[in-house]
Amino acid sequence: MDVDAYLAAHQNKGLLRFITCGSVDDGKSSLIGRLLFETQMIFADQLAALEIDSRRVGTRGGEIDFALLVDGLAAEREQGITIDVAYRFFTTPARKFIVADTPGHEQYTRNMVTGASSADLAVILVDARKGVLTQTRRHSYLVSLLGIRRVVLAVNKMDLVGYSQETLTAIERDYRKFAAQVGIREVTCIPVSAVAGDNVVVASERMPWYRGPSLLRFLETVPLDDAATDRALRMPVQWVSRPTPDFRGFSGLIASGVVRVGDRVRVLPSGRRGTVAGVLSAGAATQEAVAGEAVTLTLAEEIDVSRGDVIVAADAPAGVGHQFEATLIWMHEEPLIPGRAYLLKLAARTISATVTPIKYRIDINTMEHIPVKQLELNDIGVCTVEVGSAIAFEPYRESRVLGGFILIDRLSNHTVGAGLLHAAMRRSQDVHWQALDVNKVARAALSHQKPCILWFTGLSGAGKSTIANLVERQLHADGRQTYLLDGDNVRHGLNKDLGFTDADRVENIRRVAEVARLMLDAGLIVLVSFISPFRAERRMARGLVQAGEFIEVFVDVLLAEAERRDAKGLYRKARRGELKNFTGIDSPYEPPEQPEVRLDTQQLTPEESAQAVIGYLRSQGIIAG
Amino acid sequence: MSRTLTHLQRLEAESIHIFREVVAECERPVMLYSIGKDSSVMLHLALKAFAPAKPPFPLLQIASGWDFREMLEFRDATAQRFGLELLVHSNEAGTRAGIRPWTHGATYADIMLTQALLEALDRYRFDAAFGGGRRDEEKSRAKERIFSFRSAQHRWDPKNQRPELWQLYNARKNPGESIRVFPLSNWTELDVWQYIHQQQVPIVPLYLSAPRPVVRRGERLIMVDDERLPLEPGEVPEIRNVRFRTLGCYPLTGATESSAVTIPEVIGEMLLATTSERQGRAVDHDGAGSMERKKQEGYF
Repeated sequence: MDVDAYLAAHQNKGLLRFITCGSVDDGKSSLIGRLLFETQMIFADQLAALEIDSRRVGTRGGEIDFALLVDGLAAEREQGITIDVAYRFFTTPARKFIVADTPGHEQYTRNMVTGASSADLAVILVDARKGVLTQTRRHSYLVSLLGIRRVVLAVNKMDLVGYSQETLTAIERDYRKFAAQVGIREVTCIPVSAVAGDNVVVASERMPWYRGPSLLRFLETVPLDDAATDRALRMPVQWVSRPTPDFRGFSGLIASGVVRVGDRVRVLPSGRRGTVAGVLSAGAATQEAVAGEAVTLTLAEEIDVSRGDVIVAADAPAGVGHQFEATLIWMHEEPLIPGRAYLLKLAARTISATVTPIKYRIDINTMEHIPVKQLELNDIGVCTVEVGSAIAFEPYRESRVLGGFILIDRLSNHTVGAGLLHAAMRRSQDVHWQALDVNKVARAALSHQKPCILWFTGLSGAGKSTIANLVERQLHADGRQTYLLDGDNVRHGLNKDLGFTDADRVENIRRVAEVARLMLDAGLIVLVSFISPFRAERRMARGLVQAGEFIEVFVDVLLAEAERRDAKGLYRKARRGELKNFTGIDSPYEPPEQPEVRLDTQQLTPEESAQAVIGYLRSQGIIAG
Repeated sequence: MSRTLTHLQRLEAESIHIFREVVAECERPVMLYSIGKDSSVMLHLALKAFAPAKPPFPLLQIASGWDFREMLEFRDATAQRFGLELLVHSNEAGTRAGIRPWTHGATYADIMLTQALLEALDRYRFDAAFGGGRRDEEKSRAKERIFSFRSAQHRWDPKNQRPELWQLYNARKNPGESIRVFPLSNWTELDVWQYIHQQQVPIVPLYLSAPRPVVRRGERLIMVDDERLPLEPGEVPEIRNVRFRTLGCYPLTGATESSAVTIPEVIGEMLLATTSERQGRAVDHDGAGSMERKKQEGYF
């Protein structure tokens, strides 16, 4: 044989990864076994072992049972089922193939999802005698969900239906109708018999009416999905390499696009801009690298880049967000609990994440949406996922790398769920964070103060505004730069479109918290005087800034005392029913559990309260002694 | 503009990605360096992954005392050429007890290879170890994850593996746990040889045919690498042109008669071969499922 010619032919072939779906009875393992056998990936010693196994535990009455080649684990061979994902390899002069062989039963949904996650194409088996079943629909839905656009419907056991064209036509019609519903656009239907070998590798003479390619021929010629190269550059930074003081490289796998020396890029989520100074692909210097290559980039500028950041094309950056709508596939015996903190890993970023109430679970057999409180093993649901700080992302249908994530249990460290991001909430996806060189620290240094937020909360009439005003006067007199955001005043402008329903109160606080954060960033000491009755919103406001920057001041008063003072006459109005949703009367006030400062206004005068706040600021070093 | 990568480029990129993930997420990684062709490819990939820096982990070789001399020479030359830290570990108790490949059968491999490996991992407190295992080698390996967890007792639980989706690897461990990582999981024997040829990866000369002294034992040709191999009565070493498809302890590794003196010739012979590469290894032939059992006990 001419090895050089062989090597030349095999140097430049492509790689196709596909998944096979179907149950044991559909003959899935037999089909893969047959492919391996006929592409001569089975050696004589393996064949000898197979013959022995076939006689011992085979299901073909002593004939060679190709399924036994594939079901690798001892438990699987004994029970005659496929439990886990197995990866198989075969090669032809045209291509190398990696097959993910996954189990078909509903209780192995997670395994199928795992196999589908890295596949370019799916081969879905149906038994010609049974046609499209519930499980065929389930497999097709999962395949489509995981972003596989090309499907081969392999109608197996044609030998058992007399190689009937009518049978195939009926099944194909049925299937195409359903495939369109779940968003599979490209379906190729091939009638086969895995056991008899029809149309697996060579065209079958027993089905002259079928003019399409054999399964293998199709797999060898189907276009490879290289669209990733045509999209904008995305490269998650895996590793920062600094072997010497004058080399700083950012290593990662290019998820999409092309990178060239001289390209302008941005680093997300910071938004900093830079220029590509050098490209190493698999360790060797080059001018250009494309999607799929493992590279190390150097930048002309000294900018801050760390593991988990994403380097993107400057003129077409990815979205940045921290709250997303996502589909979750639950993979663990312990159910998903909304509100619990998990770790989320997306590309090279691992970050704290919570799932807020689940919108619905999808019944993968009927596609129905079912309201649920938690997700159990193998459940698939749609929910909102919130991460601790903004991350770069893309919708899963555009990028598996920047849209696919796993959830990790913080205690057991197990991978408990997989998720697909669809879109960012709060429209944060189009707004890119503009990195600025003058920052909070620089501004605060100029004014010789440590910025912070003093958040005064308490019932109406507790004395919040009075005390906040006194504190600000004192700070101002000491030369501090301050601003006081007062609830009543803000409602005259920024928040004049909001009422007093719970939803409006939440939005009221969200806006004020964001404004306070901007002012903090400007280097100011910000005083916020708002009833802010709900703990969750105060916690949200605290979460926007760094530890130590948020000082919760609980202006404490008994409701009876506040009602007695009633400086603005509001309690009287509320009692008469002229004011709806008044805090303390017909809307709840949730007192702080651990405020930094608690002021008992039944014991302290407003001046004494103000001095207590100033004393706290001194003790924390926020203002000098 | 579209450019499709070849299958070797895709495999190379996937392996490099795996190396970098481990180094970024684990505290004390190590590369199990068996000096074979898979180890050579693995090292070549590691050098590429971290260039211009050196791979930030040492190499660990488990020396049974019965390695081919040429392997040890190659090992030392390789570590020196790339300036890499090389750790060599042997099961000293086993050596003192006089455990011999031909006297202890399967126990020999367990004591001198598996136990020695576990000792070394514990002694240096490595939390991740790269191994050259490939999924095409054996049925139970086909089901093993790329990041494969071991309990504090180094046991593998095939029924409790973490799902591995996309190219997202969860490397978080519980105290005492460690990870075996297989960067070559998706490579086949043919891929490895093609890559060696294409990249001119240096390999131990034993893979190429040369006149070597051998004795025939049953169906195996065993090389008389030194005077310690006990010869049976009447047994006389003869010089034959042989090479090895796989390398291990010389008294247990069968040679193949061959005239292949270049890599393309080796590939040519391999394409015509009718036996899988592990058949040369006595250690794997204790009935179906034996590899799965060995893996559960800690064997790589």
